[in-house]
Amino acid sequence: MAKNSPKVALFITCLGDQFFPGVGESVVRVLRRAGATVTFNPAQTCCGQPAFNTGYREEAREVAARVLDLFDDADYVVAPSGSCSAMIRVFYPELFADEPELLRKVERLRGRFYEFSEFLVKVMKAEDLGASFPHRVAYHDSCHLLRELGIETEPRKLLRAVKGIELVEMQDNKLCCGFGGTFSVKFPEVSVAMAQDKVRAAAAAGAEYLVANDAGCLMHLAGYIHREKLPIQTLHLAELLEKHE
Amino acid sequence: MSETGVYSSDIHERAHKAMGDAHLQEAYRSSTLRLYSHRLQAIGQVPGFEPLRDRARELKREVMDHLDHYLAQFADNVERQGGKVHWARTGEEACEIVKEIVRNAGAQEVVKGKSMVGEEIELNHALEAAGIDAVETDLGELIVQLSGERPAHIVAPAIHKTRHDVSDLFVDKLHSDRTEDPEQLTAIARKALRAMFAKAGVGMSGANFAVAETGSIAVIENEGNIRLCTTAPRVHIALVGIEKIIPRFDDLGVFLRLLGRSATGQKLTSYTSILTGPRRPGEDGPDEMHVVLIDNGRIRTLADEKMREALYCIRCGACLNACPVYRKIGGHAYGWVYGGPIGALITPQFVGLGQARELPFASSLCGACREVCPVRINIPDLLLHLRSQTQEQLPAAPQAGAAISERKSMRLWAWAMKRPWAFSLGGAFARFGVRWLPGSAGSGAQRWITRLPFFPFSNWTKGRDFPAPDPVPFRKRWEKLSR
Repeated sequence: MAKNSPKVALFITCLGDQFFPGVGESVVRVLRRAGATVTFNPAQTCCGQPAFNTGYREEAREVAARVLDLFDDADYVVAPSGSCSAMIRVFYPELFADEPELLRKVERLRGRFYEFSEFLVKVMKAEDLGASFPHRVAYHDSCHLLRELGIETEPRKLLRAVKGIELVEMQDNKLCCGFGGTFSVKFPEVSVAMAQDKVRAAAAAGAEYLVANDAGCLMHLAGYIHREKLPIQTLHLAELLEKHE
Repeated sequence: MSETGVYSSDIHERAHKAMGDAHLQEAYRSSTLRLYSHRLQAIGQVPGFEPLRDRARELKREVMDHLDHYLAQFADNVERQGGKVHWARTGEEACEIVKEIVRNAGAQEVVKGKSMVGEEIELNHALEAAGIDAVETDLGELIVQLSGERPAHIVAPAIHKTRHDVSDLFVDKLHSDRTEDPEQLTAIARKALRAMFAKAGVGMSGANFAVAETGSIAVIENEGNIRLCTTAPRVHIALVGIEKIIPRFDDLGVFLRLLGRSATGQKLTSYTSILTGPRRPGEDGPDEMHVVLIDNGRIRTLADEKMREALYCIRCGACLNACPVYRKIGGHAYGWVYGGPIGALITPQFVGLGQARELPFASSLCGACREVCPVRINIPDLLLHLRSQTQEQLPAAPQAGAAISERKSMRLWAWAMKRPWAFSLGGAFARFGVRWLPGSAGSGAQRWITRLPFFPFSNWTKGRDFPAPDPVPFRKRWEKLSR
């Protein structure tokens, strides 16, 4: 490990912990390959977004307040999720606007908080992580990552550096996949119809794999693909960056 | 006659109906994509479009923060130019004012230019009840009026109609020959409308902008019908929502450059009319110009410093075209007169949150609306605020099939999320519990649940499978990883 290897605390996210622990393992290994020292604080749970998204701000604040104290010893905090990163960077300041003491903690945290692909490219200056994956891949921009954090080129840089990959763009590639947090269960019919459009766009682009950086989008898209038994697979970017095919 | 009232609580049924109609789906899909791509082309040709948006936003903020001042200035200047100003607190008051003006003018027929605030206050119903014959002269508005519907889109009211639908409608209502040729259909409408223009004693319009400095109103259009409505009849009535004010005449340049491009991708619409007072001696134009300034929920919106941003809207409709939810459920699903992201935002504000509590949730919060909004209204953020107002201010909505209320489940969730042991225990329970749920194997070791119990989880598996939680969560895997 490099001498001045930055200390990176992993914020695995609640969905990542319970549903996609394999993605978390990939994240750890890729971060290490990029030269980071990874730590994990098992006291972490959730960023509070489900409550915030549904309008329960008090409940969101209670859960979010805990996050502020979890990563004091790390140089950076990295999450493999665009929407959880946006929650902390964009919405925490709003959530704690009336609590100056907590707001100071928010400022300290959000300055060090990065989404996975953003961290690799912007901080670690790493694009080629040695993966090879000779397949046609479409990248889905998750909305919070794209529009709240403005991360558009970073995941594509990482993907283009993968040997043998053919990165294809879907028509209307910035269109939402329909997950939307609790929107997915409050408006299930609309949510599923949007997934259908997204998966059709990926298929029309000839993609074998649909890649995203957000557990919510992936859970929703994969759930639709599995229900319909469609010949396309989903992958988290971190999983792809570990492939040697 | 079109429906009246607010039906936002029926959004699920209405959305379901719209999504089951393949023709309607195609009409919304193709029209919104066309308008969306026209906008993109048009703004690509304007250097400095982004600073223009910033400037427009700044101007709107300035007006909303000092609306009392600018409204008074506008009203004074309308009167100075010989116009008459009327103030209406509610839709009913506005309708009464209009009826009174029409009666005083001795008119039986009214020609109307397109006005969203006119739709909002259900003026056509009020006029009909008073025995006044009011005709919409915008082609799209005429189509929805003849169909007994409300507009399905802010700038393209008949966006949901195919030429086949319009043909049937004209045969039925205007007794025309059957044709599906758009030019001939337009000619049929024109012929019917000319007769009305010739005899109408009163012409009505909305206003895209109301200039405080000069007391002018600006209206933009492509068909020329608004120019006729505002100049041919002896009396002109302009319906103006109080948020339409802009400070100075020069500011029109900022907004006109934004509006046509954002709405339809036009540099300017075919007609831009700036109307300042009634006709001067020796000139053409109406003898009387009445301006009805309408509140109808706007002052309540203004009172909330955060939420007043919704009043910056210039009704271009760009957010509707960009919205993946609007494209699916269509304008009528929103249950009032404004659809799409801006409808989800202003409907609860104008009619009261209790009447439209579902609307703030009718969004995936993807932010495509904010991306295209010419005045950069942060619609997702404001919808999030409305969601929190819903939970804080309204009694809990009944939820069929829910084991416990949403509020209680959120309390429980927060309690568990504050305690890592409870979070882990919850995960363990879920892993244990899902073994008895119907499922099927996926790629690798992943098992997929095909039917989840309990609302709202049961909604997930209506069209998707749900991944069973992984047998070994990350926190247990970390030990091995950290070695």
